[in-house]
Amino acid sequence: MNRSFHKSQTLRFYDCGAVEVKSKFGAEFRRFSLDRHKPGKFEDFYQLVVHTHHISNTEVTIGYADVHGDLLPINNDDNFCKAVSSANPLLRVFIQKREEADHYSFGAGTLSRKKKVLVTLRDEGLRRRAHLDISMPHDFRPVSSIIDVDILPETHRRVRLYRHGCEKPLGFYIRDGTSVRVTPHGLEKVPGIFISRMVPGGLAESTGLLAVNDEVLEVNGIEVAGKTLDQVTDMMIANSHNLIVTVKPANQRNNIVRSSRTSGSSGQSTDSAASHHSLLAHDLQNCHPDEMESDEEADIVIEGALEPQHIPKPQGAPSSTLSRANGTSLVDRLHRDLALHSSGRESNGSIHRLLSSLKSDPRNSLILPPGGVEEHGPAITL
Amino acid sequence: MRRFLRPGHDPARERLKRDLFQFNKTVEHGFPHQPSALGYSPSLRILAIGTRSGAIKLYGAPGVEFMGLHRENNAVVQIHFLPGQCKLVTLLDDNSLHLWSLKVKGGVSELQEDESFTLRGPPGAAPSATQITVVLPHSSQELLYLGTESGNVFVVQLPSFRVLEDRTISSEAVLQWLPEEACQRRVFEMVEALQEHPQDPGQILIGYSRGLVIIWDLQGSRVLCHFLSSQQLENVSWQRDGHLIVTCHSDGSHCQWPVSSDTQQPEPLHSSMPYGPFPCKAITKIFWLTTKQGLPFTIFQGGMPRASYGDRHCISVFHDSQQTAFDFTSRVIDFTVLAEADPAAAFDDPYALVVLAEEEIVVIDLQTPGWPPVQPPYLASLHCSAITCSHHVSNIPLKLWERIIAAGSRQNVHFSTMKWPIDGGTSLAPSPPQRDLLLTGHEDGTVRFWDASGVCLRLLYRLSTVRVFLTDTDASESLSAQGEEEWPPLRKVGSFDPYSDDPRLGIQKIFLCKYSGYLAVAGTAGQVLLLELNDEAAEHAVKQVEADLLQDQEGYRWKGHERLAARLGPVRFEPGFQPFVLVQCQPPAVVTSLALHSEWRLVAFGTSHGFGLFDYQQRRQVFVKCTLHPSDQLALEGPLSRVKSLKKSLRQSFRRMRRSRVSSRKRPPGGTPGEVSLGQPQPNSLQMQTAGTKAEQTGLQNMELAPVQRKIEARSAEDSFTGFVRTLYFADTFLRDSSHHCPSLWAGTNGGTVYAFSLRVPPAERRMDETVWAEQAKEIQLMHRAPVVGILVLDGCSIPLPEPLEVAHDLSKSPDMQGSHQLLVVSEEQFKVFTLPKVSAKLKLKLTALEGSRVRRVGVAHFGSCQAEDYGEHHLAVLTNLGDIQVVSLPLLKPQVRYSCIRREDVSGIASCVFTKYGQGFYLISPSEFERFSLSTKWLVEPRCLVDSAKIRNHSHPNNGDSIGPEKIVGRARNSGSQHDGEGKLVAGLVQAHLTRSLLPAGVLKEIQSTLEGDRG
Repeated sequence: MNRSFHKSQTLRFYDCGAVEVKSKFGAEFRRFSLDRHKPGKFEDFYQLVVHTHHISNTEVTIGYADVHGDLLPINNDDNFCKAVSSANPLLRVFIQKREEADHYSFGAGTLSRKKKVLVTLRDEGLRRRAHLDISMPHDFRPVSSIIDVDILPETHRRVRLYRHGCEKPLGFYIRDGTSVRVTPHGLEKVPGIFISRMVPGGLAESTGLLAVNDEVLEVNGIEVAGKTLDQVTDMMIANSHNLIVTVKPANQRNNIVRSSRTSGSSGQSTDSAASHHSLLAHDLQNCHPDEMESDEEADIVIEGALEPQHIPKPQGAPSSTLSRANGTSLVDRLHRDLALHSSGRESNGSIHRLLSSLKSDPRNSLILPPGGVEEHGPAITL
Repeated sequence: MRRFLRPGHDPARERLKRDLFQFNKTVEHGFPHQPSALGYSPSLRILAIGTRSGAIKLYGAPGVEFMGLHRENNAVVQIHFLPGQCKLVTLLDDNSLHLWSLKVKGGVSELQEDESFTLRGPPGAAPSATQITVVLPHSSQELLYLGTESGNVFVVQLPSFRVLEDRTISSEAVLQWLPEEACQRRVFEMVEALQEHPQDPGQILIGYSRGLVIIWDLQGSRVLCHFLSSQQLENVSWQRDGHLIVTCHSDGSHCQWPVSSDTQQPEPLHSSMPYGPFPCKAITKIFWLTTKQGLPFTIFQGGMPRASYGDRHCISVFHDSQQTAFDFTSRVIDFTVLAEADPAAAFDDPYALVVLAEEEIVVIDLQTPGWPPVQPPYLASLHCSAITCSHHVSNIPLKLWERIIAAGSRQNVHFSTMKWPIDGGTSLAPSPPQRDLLLTGHEDGTVRFWDASGVCLRLLYRLSTVRVFLTDTDASESLSAQGEEEWPPLRKVGSFDPYSDDPRLGIQKIFLCKYSGYLAVAGTAGQVLLLELNDEAAEHAVKQVEADLLQDQEGYRWKGHERLAARLGPVRFEPGFQPFVLVQCQPPAVVTSLALHSEWRLVAFGTSHGFGLFDYQQRRQVFVKCTLHPSDQLALEGPLSRVKSLKKSLRQSFRRMRRSRVSSRKRPPGGTPGEVSLGQPQPNSLQMQTAGTKAEQTGLQNMELAPVQRKIEARSAEDSFTGFVRTLYFADTFLRDSSHHCPSLWAGTNGGTVYAFSLRVPPAERRMDETVWAEQAKEIQLMHRAPVVGILVLDGCSIPLPEPLEVAHDLSKSPDMQGSHQLLVVSEEQFKVFTLPKVSAKLKLKLTALEGSRVRRVGVAHFGSCQAEDYGEHHLAVLTNLGDIQVVSLPLLKPQVRYSCIRREDVSGIASCVFTKYGQGFYLISPSEFERFSLSTKWLVEPRCLVDSAKIRNHSHPNNGDSIGPEKIVGRARNSGSQHDGEGKLVAGLVQAHLTRSLLPAGVLKEIQSTLEGDRG
């Protein structure tokens, strides 16, 4: 395709501090630009959008694709500002009629997760009610949750970290140590694994659910007792895409507060335990067993050089031709990028389905906002 | 939560598992690490070696081996066989004595410890009073004389180790019998030598360190005669007829003293200082041996001129006009001389000299002029240059085997033709069922071919790749040949040479095709050599090709070593494997993976930058592929830039080690940490801490500041060394569609990427005319990004594809091409099966996520049942970073058994492990020793041997040639069959390996077969 054109254009806008905006409504596209440093107010932006699409008389919601390929809303000055500043380099905007717009469509994996449709339907009624009272939790991507509160002792906490689609590092360190256990023979010192450090700005720190000196008891359901520090490290890294850590928090104060209440009620207090509860209430709905099982990220498979024209000349230097063969085909590139941005949640089959639809009708691909197909530059990272 | 459930317990399968899998460490090959003592029994003709870690190893005829381990982890200082018995006594450096015996159990001899004993003095005596310096087993078979540091000689009764106090020969008792002039200043001196009169068991010789030697009459408890030398005494040798003693001294001299009870000899008969007149080092041990011809052999250790040759490790042999100082590359631990064992014989007639050096054993033939060395059939010094890699090939065809042996025999012309003189015991082990080769790559650029079929690991052939390259050492080669008339008459012996001329020559990967005789060898500086077996010496030029793995990637600079300079023009190669192609990777990083397909005549190689495919038929590069991630700067710069961080990490790990040692010492001895209750002060820990040195404490404080911690972070594409090619694999399979199969090349990287290339290989008749070409067909990125350590394709029947040419040689069924193939990708963390050609995940086993261990080595092995003759299964043998060995079933990836094999701290042991195709394996337990283990019930190579005390033979020493008694020839026929394969004694095919198997009743077999069928149905 006209790749070179795009590239030069992108560069030009980038130079003068402008952000290229590609706005989509239905099957129509509009292109315009915004000043990166002075994006202006959301109201103005909204007017601009409805004006350019000639839909001034319809109520619409506006969303954009963030760097992870997630569809996030633009509905106030702050997230508008964020959208413009994080556009890299293109800002892709999606417009939906408000009555059609499902408020639930925003969030993590929304651009790629298709199998979650069923979930949406089932939870619809419940969700609408939830939408009314507090904030809009669906505007945010879950990064962590406390799970299995009902089956764990109150001194323990099972934390699930979602690294999926998140650029933040997991960001914590573990160390060896000794912990004290109560046994029939009295107190015993046993070796244990502890969290030793949090990386500032990391996922672990930002959740607030893990803290330095928390003792790690289990990793994804497997007890760490008797395992070495290196073994536990390897287990955690091997499970890093969906890490579930059971810890005994060093700070047991919150648990004491909680245990004094009648169990099962969603908290109304102002301490941190309560906020955990509300988070939990939300997340537990999401965590149906099926998802627990499908925690695995699918591997990416690239079919290289399937078309006959990619077969390199039999003579000459086939090696260099080969290495470039993949790069030249748009379908391949699309495939790569899709695979990249599909965040690996789908099975391979669905990637293949996507691919075949792309091949049959290129315009079809417009329905799916392809995450940064041309814009990622020549380096394809896999 | 399905995955947490235990797999169903199926009794039939459990029974079958018992028939298939069994873990045994069977035998240790190579040379014992850190030997510390040597013993030899002339009557049993068995050699014993003790080590610093408390092991003793006994060796007799090839295949006769025993090993024992003292409970104490103390060095073995001395080993003495009891005359005429299958027993031996060891002295450890904690002054304890241990009695071992070879007992026959079930038709096989076993070495076991019977008794142990520590000599105790009266309360309040100095510890030196009972510190044993010399042990003399008396020929009466029940007494042991123990010389001590105090000068007293104690007598203990065997086997009970009862001290006979009334028979103690105290130094005071000796003093009474000495004239005045001998008594002065000679009281508290230690016993250096104890010997029994060669003819009269009633007399023993006692030598004291300050130079006094006495002959003691045991019956009369009196000194028969005494000799007084002016020098410190080191050792004594008593002539066979008892008329002469020879003493050796700390100043490098030795003296002869005639023995006669009536005259007291104040002066020696003859005194000499062989390497004088300048100051010499001590002669620590001496042998004086008579011969029929008249002139005696004088063999001694040390005595070299202190200033110029004081650092040499020498054994000198003087006989007639022949004088040689055998110069060893490592410290001499001890030596002995094999001579006539019959006490009635008139002369010693020594025939062999056995020298135990720190790193090797050397046997010198003393009967052949020139005193050539004898090639040992075992105790090979595997580490004569450090082992850098190993490769095992099972079931070598007879033809190739013979050719390799023929090539090797031409390298061994300098060895004596003498039969191996240490030939006690009888090996009862069945002859090995097949011929196995173990190839070891070494740091100096050599590849050694070992016969790994049986208990004795024997060197067959040594290949050097150095001739292909220009090295600095070439110029100095002529200098080493120095003048002959050198004094002392030094002669280098032994093969241990740890110094590598150029580390770039080191061998990193080996791949041998046993059917075609093609060998690929790859090294540290990116060199890949292709070699062909040629029975004749030849002179030819090696074709040189450069493989630019970076291709057109710009802006990278390799900061590592230069590539090796290859010799231009024709080079002369000796018979054996001769190189014909040299591919040099650019940048010259170490070759990390290698695969050869002899049917397609292709070789694939990979480094940390990418991989390439070379057509060795047309001698043309097919393609190269760069696997580098653009951000991986570290891989590009080469190994030099990592030196600093390596050093740092080494330092850290040392600190860590020290810290853990300190902290473990803090625990109260004997008690588990669990027994310490909280809050109670621990006096032990306080004491220990104060006892610790100051340096340790400061080290500890430093460590408290930076505790050992591990970062928890998901791997990302930007990690370093993701492009490092870990594995390469050729397969004929369905890569593009399910109707056409084609040759393919698979490559797996450190970053969890698998590349698949489809290949077009022209048919054989047009192989030279058309080019091979390749195109990338697939690329798989494992989302967990763990290094890919193994790739395997299973055919339609879920059986691993056969090796190239295996089908053509009728040694394997053709793979099933009807059913759909499956791809198995083994990463360090997971096993994963994909369907082919559509690569969709089918099955997986997550090893790391479940148990925190990582795959270090993986191999496909065929496990035969020990019960049903022709039943067997293919499974994966897996070694993890924790040192565990597991068997994982194919194709369902079910863990079958798990055994702990190597200590998890033994990183080099884990890294050195190789699996064989039939469920055995090898790993290094020290730089010089391979431990052999078996996972299979069917394939078990272990020593089974018999040493019969009743039949202690009165050997005549072997002559060169075949003058061996008829009884002996019968006993050794089996051995000669396995050692010299020329007669074609080895039975090709799979002969039963276990004796017991044939003893099973038929009913049992039937029952097992029915279970097997039931399991399959």
